Amino acid sequence: MNTTTQPLIELNNVVKRYPMGTTFFTALEEIDLTVEKGEFTGIVGPSGSGKTTLLNIIGSLDSPTEGSARVLGNFIEKLSHKAAASLRNHHLGFIFQTYNLLPVYTVYENVEFPLLLLGLSADERKKMVMDALEWVGLTDKIKSRPAQLSGGESQRVAIARAVVKKPELVLADEPTANLDAENSHHILKAMVRLNQELGTTYLFSTHDEKVIQYLRRKITLLDGKIATDEVMTPQGG
Amino acid sequence: MLLFKLAFRNVIGAGLRTWLNVIVLSLSFVTIIAMQGLYKGMQYQAEDAMMQVEYAGGQYWHPAYDPYDPFTLEDSHQPVSGAAQRAVAAGDAIPILFTQATIYPQGRVSSALLKGIPPEQEIMEFPSEQLLQSDHALPAIVGTRMAKSNRLAVGDYLTVRWRDANGTFDAQDVQIVHVFSTIVSSVDAGQIWVPLERLQSMLKMPNEATLLTLRQGLTDPPVLPGWDYKGLDILMADLREMVTSKQVGGSIMYLLLLFLALLAIFDTQVLSIWRRKKEMGTLMAMGLTRRQLIGLFTIEGGMYGVLAALLGALYGTPLIVWFATHGWEMPEMVDDFGFAIASKLVPSYSFFLVLGSTLLVLATVTIVSYLPTRRIAKLEPTDALRGKLT
Repeated sequence: MNTTTQPLIELNNVVKRYPMGTTFFTALEEIDLTVEKGEFTGIVGPSGSGKTTLLNIIGSLDSPTEGSARVLGNFIEKLSHKAAASLRNHHLGFIFQTYNLLPVYTVYENVEFPLLLLGLSADERKKMVMDALEWVGLTDKIKSRPAQLSGGESQRVAIARAVVKKPELVLADEPTANLDAENSHHILKAMVRLNQELGTTYLFSTHDEKVIQYLRRKITLLDGKIATDEVMTPQGG
Repeated sequence: MLLFKLAFRNVIGAGLRTWLNVIVLSLSFVTIIAMQGLYKGMQYQAEDAMMQVEYAGGQYWHPAYDPYDPFTLEDSHQPVSGAAQRAVAAGDAIPILFTQATIYPQGRVSSALLKGIPPEQEIMEFPSEQLLQSDHALPAIVGTRMAKSNRLAVGDYLTVRWRDANGTFDAQDVQIVHVFSTIVSSVDAGQIWVPLERLQSMLKMPNEATLLTLRQGLTDPPVLPGWDYKGLDILMADLREMVTSKQVGGSIMYLLLLFLALLAIFDTQVLSIWRRKKEMGTLMAMGLTRRQLIGLFTIEGGMYGVLAALLGALYGTPLIVWFATHGWEMPEMVDDFGFAIASKLVPSYSFFLVLGSTLLVLATVTIVSYLPTRRIAKLEPTDALRGKLT
């Protein structure tokens, strides 16, 4: 893997079709996109425009029907299930709209989970988990379970879990969709800070104006095609 | 190791659902081991009793003798001579003679087996010395079952009729000098024991016997030409078969219990996979492979078995130890069971019985836990994250 001379993400003519009865539904059509390291970029667009599909392909959770998607030097369409799992495990962090915290685990255990998969020692894990929880301001909740947390707290735990292993790329799918304005800003500020402090690349899928005002680059998708690709001046943070 | 750690967290985190499954499964564990131990104990007790009272160290039979065919009795006798005589003289064997007879207790007619045994024998733990009482014309001893079914008591006279070697019918009164109690019904029910020499004389079969019972502890049974050797394996085969058949019948109860426990685990697994699709998607997004997911869910299910074994050991061990120490009082009707059962059954638990039963249940639980997880092999991460199971 060589990430120094290549863009972090490079999509060439990516097409994604899903079978629908006897025909196919085209979710993405001829997408060309490049994302460099350290970007704070959002893919915006209405529901059904293909944002999540694009994020899934970049996150190696799905593969393109046609075209090529290179992420951190790996061609997603050529990756085996095991190699894709390894890419996600080592280099990617995910933040979901519905937080997707593991319900029977405590906050600490949820954040620790990706580190367990990486096989780090208990001491290393403890330090990294506590660092991550400190970034998101949740060190006082380490023993709580997801059911005992508010929506904002849950999403902060999800962010801590996504960044705890200091991945090169964090993919956030509608991270503020279930949050009120105050919590949304709180979360976004935390992510901006982590982007600046750790140099982590953030790629959002959103149609939330609150998120958009924090972006430095906005890619608009319409009916599976890139309609606009703009450099932004962040308003938030 | 990681999967075990994760599975343990998940299982413990599932709370009440886990403990309900574990309790039901632990009941199966304890019941299976308790019942198996009971049948083992029953078998050992019966074998021990039969060895002491009837078979001792094995038997030599007249070639025509078939215990299940009374018609063979007429021809199943031969002189105890040569090597057989030497074995008897050396105290390594005792001769026993059988014949069919008719008895007339309380004015009724009934058939019985008349058996002659040397009163002074010490090979069988049988009260034959009671036949040494010489002040009676023909002393006889019977077991409690025989006494009960024919309303006989010590001191009673009983007319016995038989046919001798020449086919001539003869009859004589015998006096019951002793009623013995034994759990071995095959030396009791329908049988009257008299001194061997008296029976040989009555039947006009001097020095003859139907079978020879060998002393216990003989390293090599003597070679007795003209007699068929029946080792303990052959003599106990019927008993062991009977115990096995009882065991199979009795196992239906605990197999049902185990089936219910396995059904609960299978159900939990299916429900888990259905309910935890999103969790599976999240785990895949974090880098778990499908294979690891299948492993995780299978280990989770298997862990119910491990926890049930631990819980079962916690309350089952004192229960089983108490059971093995104090035994189980049997009701009188167990005489109808078909083989020797003591009034108190003492279960026998061996290390291998406990280990074997535990491994069997654990293996079954693991298989049952694995079966529903095969669906995960087809799971796409994006479908799982959407909560969709393909």
